[in-house]
Amino acid sequence: MFKLLEPNKIFQITSKAPKYVLFLFVIVLSVGLVEALILSPEDYKQSDAVRIMYVHVPAAWISLGIFSSITVLSISGFIFKNKNFFLISKSLAPSGFVFNIIALVTGSIWGKPTWGTWWAWDARITSMLILALFYALYLITWRIYENEEKVFKISTFITILGIINVPIIKYSVDWWNTLHQPASINILSKSSIHSSMLYPLLIMTAAFALFSLLIFLMKYNTELIKIKNKGLDRL
Amino acid sequence: MINELLFMNGYAVYVLSAFGFTLLSFLSLYLVTKVQFIKEQNKFVAKFGSLNTEQANSAKSQRINKEILAEATNN
Repeated sequence: MFKLLEPNKIFQITSKAPKYVLFLFVIVLSVGLVEALILSPEDYKQSDAVRIMYVHVPAAWISLGIFSSITVLSISGFIFKNKNFFLISKSLAPSGFVFNIIALVTGSIWGKPTWGTWWAWDARITSMLILALFYALYLITWRIYENEEKVFKISTFITILGIINVPIIKYSVDWWNTLHQPASINILSKSSIHSSMLYPLLIMTAAFALFSLLIFLMKYNTELIKIKNKGLDRL
Repeated sequence: MINELLFMNGYAVYVLSAFGFTLLSFLSLYLVTKVQFIKEQNKFVAKFGSLNTEQANSAKSQRINKEILAEATNN
């Protein structure tokens, strides 16, 4: 099954896909921005400040999703002795890190009008900051170590440590008294968010997911060409 | 409507700076990734150009190498 995912075989697809993904991303983002900034209603408590949710929440969701994927892929890379899993993980990390930073910065901007402060050391915000540190450590590991085996081991170790933080982020608002509000959207139970706000949020999430796919494809192609460059050196 | 969008009940400075920061981050990440990709692609083309006929034929036997070259010439 993994042979289908071999870089030599999928490059034909991954090299052509970015332009189509970029086109789709621009369309979905444009629709999302109109929905988020113009068509969606203001909140009865937060007024127009609620619109920050349309960039803050998708960024947080995707950064958590990407970190979880990186962990699963890194562990799978070890179990199945498949280097391609590590290559996919490495290519996913930059967009995950940027989404994490976006979630922190937009959260901070949202905090000022709603809580009266740019920053608070509460459980949700601090655990998101810790996730950003794990992302940074993961990316630095790939930069500083030359030895492939060493990078695979250290980066996987970092993701295993970091994944412990993911459920803490998710449940921090339930376990501790925090400034951050509890989750408004639940997959298993009824969401407390109205559909007029839920749909723009989902459209923006789709746009952000497309952007991370775009960056992943470009980064993955770059990594494949890097490997092929080394191959040419050996000829 | 434009006034509403620009004022947003006094929250426009927060809302637009959050959206602005997000879009700027997107643009920066896209450009950085694109530049890295083009740099590696150019390096590949330059290295390929310096190969002798035998080495070039051997490299061309791999489909991925041919596709990288084709993509580079298309761009």
